[in-house]
Amino acid sequence: MEEQPKQAELARTIRRSVLIVCGMFFFGFALVPLYDVFCEVTGINGKTSGERYEGVTAGKVDESRTVRLQFVASTNAEMPWEFRPGEFELVVHPGEVRDTVYLARNLAERDMVGQAVPSVSPGLAAKYLHKVECFCFQQQPLAAGAEAELPLRFMIDPEIPEDIHTLTLSYTLFNADRAAVRNKTVLAQQRN
Amino acid sequence: MSAVVDHHAADDHHHHGPQSGFRRWLFTTNHKDIGTMYLWFSFIMFLYGGSMAMILRAELFQPGLQLIEPEFFNQMTTMHGLIMVFGAVMPAFVGLANWLIPMMVGAPDMALPRMNNWSFWLLPFAFSMLISTMFMEGGGPNFGWTFYAPLSTTYAPPSVTFFIFAVHLMGISSIMGSINIIATILNLRAPGMTLMKMPLFVWTWLITAYLLIAVMPVLAGAVTMMLMDIHFGTSFFNAAGGGDPVLFQHVFWFFGHPEVYIMILPGFGVVSQIIPTFSRKPLFGYTSMVYATASIAFLSFIVWAHHMFTVGMPLAAELFFMYATMLIAVPTGVKVFNWVTTMWRGSLSFETPMLFSIAFIVLFTIGGLSGLMLAIAPSDFQYHDTYFVVAHFHYVLIPGAIFAIMAGVYYWLPKWTGHMYNVPLSRLHFWLSFIGLNVAFFPMHFVGLAGMPRRIPDYALQFADFNMISTVGAFLFGVSQFILLVIVIQCIKGGRKVSAQVWDGAEGLEWTLPSPAPYHSFTTPPEVR
Repeated sequence: MEEQPKQAELARTIRRSVLIVCGMFFFGFALVPLYDVFCEVTGINGKTSGERYEGVTAGKVDESRTVRLQFVASTNAEMPWEFRPGEFELVVHPGEVRDTVYLARNLAERDMVGQAVPSVSPGLAAKYLHKVECFCFQQQPLAAGAEAELPLRFMIDPEIPEDIHTLTLSYTLFNADRAAVRNKTVLAQQRN
Repeated sequence: MSAVVDHHAADDHHHHGPQSGFRRWLFTTNHKDIGTMYLWFSFIMFLYGGSMAMILRAELFQPGLQLIEPEFFNQMTTMHGLIMVFGAVMPAFVGLANWLIPMMVGAPDMALPRMNNWSFWLLPFAFSMLISTMFMEGGGPNFGWTFYAPLSTTYAPPSVTFFIFAVHLMGISSIMGSINIIATILNLRAPGMTLMKMPLFVWTWLITAYLLIAVMPVLAGAVTMMLMDIHFGTSFFNAAGGGDPVLFQHVFWFFGHPEVYIMILPGFGVVSQIIPTFSRKPLFGYTSMVYATASIAFLSFIVWAHHMFTVGMPLAAELFFMYATMLIAVPTGVKVFNWVTTMWRGSLSFETPMLFSIAFIVLFTIGGLSGLMLAIAPSDFQYHDTYFVVAHFHYVLIPGAIFAIMAGVYYWLPKWTGHMYNVPLSRLHFWLSFIGLNVAFFPMHFVGLAGMPRRIPDYALQFADFNMISTVGAFLFGVSQFILLVIVIQCIKGGRKVSAQVWDGAEGLEWTLPSPAPYHSFTTPPEVR
């Protein structure tokens, strides 16, 4: 008679433990989107927004100070392209919209597709760097041996804290061939 | 009370003894058999992982490359870490838990005996698989035991898939073992054994088991993501596809930091059993010990990023993780204080388990203090990935976890076998281990502070002398472990018979059972007042 409630209790303990195990397994995967959201909200990962900035308003240029923006380019180990910034450094006023280019050349003997991934240092300043137009928004197809000027139009937010004087914007170029198989047409269009 | 128990136990022993031959071990559901198998498995892995450490130290005896190739060196550092963490320390504590928890709470066996058998028997398969990678094309895992992506995904040897499945199996084994321990402790306690009357070893294991079921699934998730990145074209950790390698470090250390407490909390429990016995005083501050253990477990979930101070975190995060980490020193300090206060004015005697326990307190505190130094974010930038870190975690793991396990083995071995071990030999084992490990690891603090990086087969000439000393100490420590093997085998085969009590001052239900502990114990629950 005493055995029944004991068995029920045991079953309950086991059920709860298994529930914790399953919950934590899914939590492990939930960390992936949580991490992205957390980094986006706090802007601590040096990730810039992957989308075009629409909030440019004329006349809000802060002429009283300047920010130095340095450009860095690197390629991933699997990316046989030459990739470098057209200008290594620009001194800009916050609120001012400026243009620059990156230069890419496909050194491989085949058509390839590249994807640039940006990173800003110091990380906390990433949310003040707005890209009005950026080659990193799309994959960049280049025919074998071809060369391209990749445009970048940006603005530094006038709200940027006073103590940030220098920003570094770094692009790493990755081989996106596998991801680009889906839209091969892009390359075909470019050739025509 | 104990007379009644003895009668029942003796009865059972004659009528339902173990099966004979290998079937006893293959099919057993007896917590004592399974505990024994866990402990032997762990000891074999300890020697195996230890021999890898000997290879590492032999290569580091002199600067330059003498014995092995750098690629093989990397495989050795990786396998040494993995085998010691998952193969030696964790199974040893599960073995102690299997042997002792049912006897300590007055239960006839573990709550889920068949699952218990399965949790153990997964391990030999998991580790055979892990070790077999060493013989595969491209070699075994060579990315460090922390297997940071993309080193462990994009740049890994092809055998990494076997490594992933081995980790899965170990995880399943640990999770099942933990559920079993939780169920035993929560549901099978003898009448009158309230939670706050449980021996501290049982308490620390209850908390450890909860840590395990909380973080082992996260590890399983991390390796599953690696598997998908490698084989199914996902990009969890691949920046080219929008993933983030730093995310891997967050997920890994979310598991990894609780994991280091998983390896030490049961050790705290063992020492808390032994110190009162040989001080002949009850443990000072039992309640505070329980709360300190629980606080350490809680804090372990919010300090993980102190392993990653150099990845480029914002100042606010560095400060948070720095302060949270330092906070752990408070409950740990409470524990050390309680152990020392238990010994204060006690009538101490220095049997081998007590020697190991006192060494545990002294050396674990040294390891804890170097941990505090590492917790200071600005100075961690200097120490990160140097031998200072190696010195730190070996000081908390060898005289911490391993010494606690050895103390426990010497303390309960007479209860398990019915014989006293060879005392002079055990003292020799203690002193050689103690001297060996200090000679091996203390100089690593100095070379680390001077900037010698970890995980390298060669080093700058100014580190040569200290490395030579380290290697001598490491071999002394390594060789002296065979003394333990001899002692244990001798003790199983024979020796001076011991009483049920074994040690004068020992308290707890396990000492009411005869020595050796009968195959089936507490089939009728004892009364606890």
